[in-house]
Parts: sequence; C-alpha cells; structure tokens
Amino acid sequence: MTRFAVARFLQGYAVLIMIVILMTTLTAMSDSFLSAQNLLNILNQNAPLAIMAAAMTLVVIAGGFDLSVGAIFAMGAVVSAWVALHFDPVVGLLLAPFVGLLLGVVNGLVITMLNVHSFLATIATSLIFKGIAVVMSDGRLIPVRMDAFTWLGREKLGGVFVSIWVMLGFALLLGFVLTRSSLGRQILAVGGNQEAAILSGIRANRIKVITFAAAGFAAGLAASIATSRVSMGQASAGTGLELEAIAAVILGGTSIYGGVGAVWRSIAGVMLLALINNGFNILNADPFYRDLTTGLIILAAIGVSASGKRAR
Amino acid sequence: MAGTASPSVAIRAQGLGVSFGGVSVLRDITLDIAAGEIHGLVGENGAGKSTLGKVLGGYYAATTGQIEVFGQPADPWNPRAALARGVALMHQELQLVPAMTVAQNVFLGIEDKSFGILRRTESTRLRALMASSGFTLDPGAVVATLSIADRQKIEILRALARDAKVIVMDEPTSSLAKDEVNHLHQTMRALRDAGRSVIYVSHFLDDILAVSDRITVLRDGDLVLTRPAAELSKADIVAAMLGGVKSQTPFPPKRLSMNAEFALEVTDLVSDAGVRDVSLRIRKGEIVGLIGLVGSGRTEIARAIVGADPGRGTVRLTGQDYLRRTPYESTKRGLVMVPEDRRKLGLVMTMPVRPNMTLPHLRRFANRGWMRKAHEMRAVRDLIDYFQIRPAVAEGDVSFFSGGNQQKVLIGKWLVGDPKVVILDEPSRGVDVGARQRIHEAIAELAATGVAVLMISSEIEEVLGLAHRAYLVDRGRIVEEIDPAKSDEATVLDALFRHQSGNDASLTP
Repeated sequence: MTRFAVARFLQGYAVLIMIVILMTTLTAMSDSFLSAQNLLNILNQNAPLAIMAAAMTLVVIAGGFDLSVGAIFAMGAVVSAWVALHFDPVVGLLLAPFVGLLLGVVNGLVITMLNVHSFLATIATSLIFKGIAVVMSDGRLIPVRMDAFTWLGREKLGGVFVSIWVMLGFALLLGFVLTRSSLGRQILAVGGNQEAAILSGIRANRIKVITFAAAGFAAGLAASIATSRVSMGQASAGTGLELEAIAAVILGGTSIYGGVGAVWRSIAGVMLLALINNGFNILNADPFYRDLTTGLIILAAIGVSASGKRAR
Repeated sequence: MAGTASPSVAIRAQGLGVSFGGVSVLRDITLDIAAGEIHGLVGENGAGKSTLGKVLGGYYAATTGQIEVFGQPADPWNPRAALARGVALMHQELQLVPAMTVAQNVFLGIEDKSFGILRRTESTRLRALMASSGFTLDPGAVVATLSIADRQKIEILRALARDAKVIVMDEPTSSLAKDEVNHLHQTMRALRDAGRSVIYVSHFLDDILAVSDRITVLRDGDLVLTRPAAELSKADIVAAMLGGVKSQTPFPPKRLSMNAEFALEVTDLVSDAGVRDVSLRIRKGEIVGLIGLVGSGRTEIARAIVGADPGRGTVRLTGQDYLRRTPYESTKRGLVMVPEDRRKLGLVMTMPVRPNMTLPHLRRFANRGWMRKAHEMRAVRDLIDYFQIRPAVAEGDVSFFSGGNQQKVLIGKWLVGDPKVVILDEPSRGVDVGARQRIHEAIAELAATGVAVLMISSEIEEVLGLAHRAYLVDRGRIVEEIDPAKSDEATVLDALFRHQSGNDASLTP
C-alpha cells in the first residue's frame, strides 16, 4: 500500500516536485532568482507558450496531436501585423485568434472527415498554413510601431503584465471547461475510449474538431501577444513552438495515450522548461550545456511518472 | 488432505492481504496448496478469487502476509521469481505471441543458444516434451491460426517446459467448448497424477466440482471455507459464496400486458455487417430475446438498429419513423444499446464510476454546459445502491472493479435517463451468480416500468428464463420466433442447428 501510494503520488506530481527542487536550487545558488521581477518576467516571456500548451492539453487528452500550432502562430503573427498596418491595430490583435480558430477547425475537419491520424494531417496543414503566411507577408517583416498594437505584449495592469492576465484567464477557463463542463467530460471520454464514447451517444468527431479549434484559437491568441510584444509580424515566427507545447503537455503528466490529464499540468510543464532556461541565464552557466540539461531533466520527470504507472 | 508442515505443501499462504489503490481486495487469507492436488478457487466476481490466483502465481504482490513455496519464504515474489521456484500462471487472456510458432512460443525466453545465436532446436525439444505430457500440437503451426483450446495447451506446455510444479489457471474454460473443457480437465488430472499442483480459478461451479480435489470459497475478499470437493455440493458452494443471505430464485417472474403498443418496430433491416432483412417488433414492457449461435449476427442486428453500423430499412420508435440513425440520435431518443465488450466498447477505463455512469446523459446533469456535480452524485449513488455495486465508491477506479461490478456499472449507465428501448448484448457474460441475479432482476424491473427490452445472450437458458418472446437468428436473419414458455434449451439448440444446416446453404458465400 505505502509503496503504491508513494509511486502514485510521484507519478501524479512529478512535475511539481521537479519545479520545487529547481526553484530551491536556483534560490540557493543565486540572489537574483527569487525576486518578484524575475518570476514575473519568466511568466511574461512564457505566456504565449503557456496559452498554446493549455489548449494542446485538450487535443492530447482527446487522443490527438497538433503539429500545426507553430504554423498557425505564424499565420496569426502575419495577419495581426498586416491588419494592424493596413486597417486597425486593435482589430488586428482581435482577429488573429479567430483566424487561428478557423485554421483549427480546418485541421479538425481534415482529420475527422479523411479519418487520418492527426499527427500526419497536421504536418501537412502546417506546411500549408506556413506557406500562406509566407505568401501573405511576401516573406518580409511587417513592422507595426503603434502603441495601440504593442500594449498587449508590453503593458502592465495592476503591476502585472497584461499577457500574464490573459494567460491565467485562458488557462483557468480551459481548466474549468475540462473538469467542470459537459464538453470537458466528453473530451476525457473520447480520449479514454472512443468506441465507448460513440456508443454512449457522444459525437466524437465533433469533440475532436472542437479541441483542434481550441488549439488554433490559442495559437492565434499567443501570436497576438508575441507579435504585439516585438511590434512586428513575420512568417518565420513560431517555428518549433508546436514541439515545445507538446513537450510541456507531456512533461506535465498528461497521458500521451489520451483520456487522462489536466490543464494546470501543462502550465507547470511550461514553467519547468522556463525555469531551466532562466537558471542558465542568471547563473551565467555555459549555454552549451543547456540542451543537455533540459533533456536530462525532461527524462527524469518522464521516468518518475512512468515508474508510477508501472506500479499499477 | 495434505499433511501440515510436510514437504507435500507446495504453496503456503499465511495472512495474505491485498489492496489496490486503497481498496482492500483480499483479507487475511491463510491457505495451503498441497503438492499433487487440483485446488479450485471459487467466489462471486469481486470476491477475490482471480486476485488470489494471481498472488499465488506471483503476478501481484501481497500487501500483507507471507507466502512459502516448498517450505521456503517467497521473497521477492514476482512472475520471474515464481517461475524460478516452479510456479507458473496462466492468464485468462493468454500471453502468447500470435505471429510465432507453437515451438517458439513454448520456449520463449529459454531458447537454446550458443553465443547468442539461436540453435533452432525448439521443434525437437517440443516433440520430446509433448511425448512426455501426452499433448499433440504441430510445433511449426503459427499461433494466430490456432483455436483457443490449442493456445491453452501451449500455455501449459510453456509452464511444463520451465518445469513448473504449480500451475495457476485463471478462468481457463471461459472460451472453451464443452469437449474442450473435458479435455482440459483430463490434462489437469494428468498433471496432478504426475505430482504437480493445479490452482483452478473459475466461476463455472460444475467444472470446479468435476475436477477439483479441494475447493476454497471466497466471499468479498475473505476466505469462507476450504474443504475436500467430495464433501461439497453445488448448493453448499453457492450458499457459501452468497453468504447464506439470498436464496437462489432462478429468474424473476414475467409480467406483461399483451395489448401494450409497440415501442420498437424494425422492418427489412439490412446492413453491410451482414444483417439481412430483419423484421422484429417489441411492445412496451416486453422482453424479447435474440438467440443464435456465436457469429450468427445477433450483435450486428443490434448495432444496425441503433445506428452504430450503417444500415437500410425502416425503424419506428413508439410509432414514429426514425431515419438517419446514429448512436448520438438514438441515445437522445431513448434507444440504447449496452454493448457486449465491457473493456473495448462499454466503459471508459480512464474515468471513475461516476462519469462513466452519466456519460450518455450529460445533458441531464449539465446546466448551460456546466456539470451539476451534486445532482450527478445523487443519481450515481442511487444506481450504486440499486445494483449493489461493490466497492460502493462513486469515485472508484472502474478498471480495478471485478467483471460483475463493471457490468453493473455498464448497465446502470443506461438506466439513468428514461430509455424507451434497451438492447442488452450479453448482459451477464463473465459475471458471477450474485451479479447475474441482480442484473436479471434489474432487467425484469426495467421492463415492468414499460421499457422495451431486446436481449441478446449466448446462454439460451437465460433468454428463455427472462424473455416473453424470442427470435432465433442465423447468418444475419431471423429464422423463427419461439415462445419461451413452450421451449427448452434442447429444443432451441436443435432448431438452431437445423436452421444452420438448412436448405439455404446457397446464401452463404
């Protein structure tokens, strides 16, 4: 019993334990780590990734993967900057998430109607989305130096960056949807046992489309924040973000097989990755070892959670 | 039987206790397995018989207590250690590699090799082994092409190849035909006569009684009795399993008014899965059985009715045409199917009991899309009480539940709403006496409230006992309608075989 309980606890909270260990270590090794400003900066820098990881959680729980969110991010960046420049900055910021939503719906429809694995489908659509972004921006940077555009990524509200509020609000919303709503219940059921869910009268395809739509929306929202912050849009933005988002989701402890997981886990996964990076910066450690260390820590977290699973 | 503390004790368990995730499954089990005996383990599903078999076989670790194997404490105790000490476990789901040959499977992991290179001596070794054990199998046959009975022989040979002295068989007969069961029993006796022990876990009491030397009865994780089989009757065992509380009334009484209107009318139903021109009608409050041999298309008829498989033909629900059938639409209209395969089609094993039970009725428990948990909880508690689900924990992990209790959860989840037509596919498969009885009562009570029930079962006796009418099914068609009151198992089987070998051979491809 005790061994079982310990294993279960480790499996369940591996990511939080790693965060605590890392924070304790960094606090001991550097005076500048444990300051409100440093911590808020970490959150601010990672808000776009955290938003994307939060929505990716739903996709993974429903049994899918979305490798196109990096490309949707690029589309969002180009669209928001282009619309801001040629039309209106606020509309540009607001439009990107909805363009993302639309592309997410396209992903979902391709996957469910062609009945192909999301892994393959989103590799294909990511190339298409990225291609459209390149064509739209003509391969160039779109600079938008307007306060009405850059506030989202740079301003503070009540001493805390707006982006952090947006991230917290979005993650809380998705967390509530997953744990408290009928939709969330259906997502968990479809990922846990699609056949049983369908026979229980759940329209599994519709649920999957919704999860991809959420991931698309999140990528667009993340793009708005990031584009606003750097005050320019470009088609090469967001490269590799899809893998970071998926890594954070899995690192947090959401099952790669679907059916089990939580939004807070993915946020914790993002923060764990961020802390490793931050540690390297404030300790002035040799950046050559950064990837190596990150890899080892990911492996440790996954190993702990896997050992918990074996005990079942 | 076996002398105490003598070397003839193969396995001695003392004060064994097992719990999973905080749920106690076995408590204080003290038991000797003698060398050279067939020891039957019986109990209701959920009583812990399977768990006890797996603990003795080294598959699960006991939470408390000790195990001694041939006088030596068993520590560590895992499948590898168990095998090394001569204890082998045959799982209910056989653990073979389907793409490999019989010989390769038997010697998997103990192949002859020189310097890491396989010497391909399996076939000759297998022949020697078969000669000494009296089995005959083609060493070169690929396992995927063999029957379940043959696969079980492979498992037994595998145990013998490792010189197992104790073999734990967990529900070995659940998918065997009658003559195959007899054959397995002969094998068990041969093993016993050669001085080996067999621990025989099964919920078929007749089988256990036919072959066991001693029988241990478990109830709710406690050992009730261990006695020589010769001193026990089937009635004694059932009484011990049920705890003497319930008397066994075989089937609940049938109530029906024959002038009720039709709840379900199916005409000329055809599906790609092999359903051919099926027409049937069920009145409100009526229980109708579908009887057929395995593979006769009973499940496919059910799937076509609810829209799980695409089909053509008319379906009318309480007098209204129901076109464009999908499981979603069917659930909404109160036409539901309880599928046969709990693990694959029935339950979401990653979710606890509560969300499993309310899954088809989320709308009922949600307010503008947000779940009303208290409301949900009340309904689930009622169902747990109604079906006597054990453990009675709404947040319990269904994947740890016994088959009988999983089945109760599965049936219960469809009774939350107000279904009009309930199709039950093998409602009591792999379920013990107590759960089976509870499920039968629930079906009768359901019909009594005016719900139309279509019941599919391989157990003819069950259909005859519960149904008001029954249809015989052969190759996707309904071939005859029978009156259960005027039929018995023998006449029905006779009719089924008559239709199967009947004059429509031209219809088979």
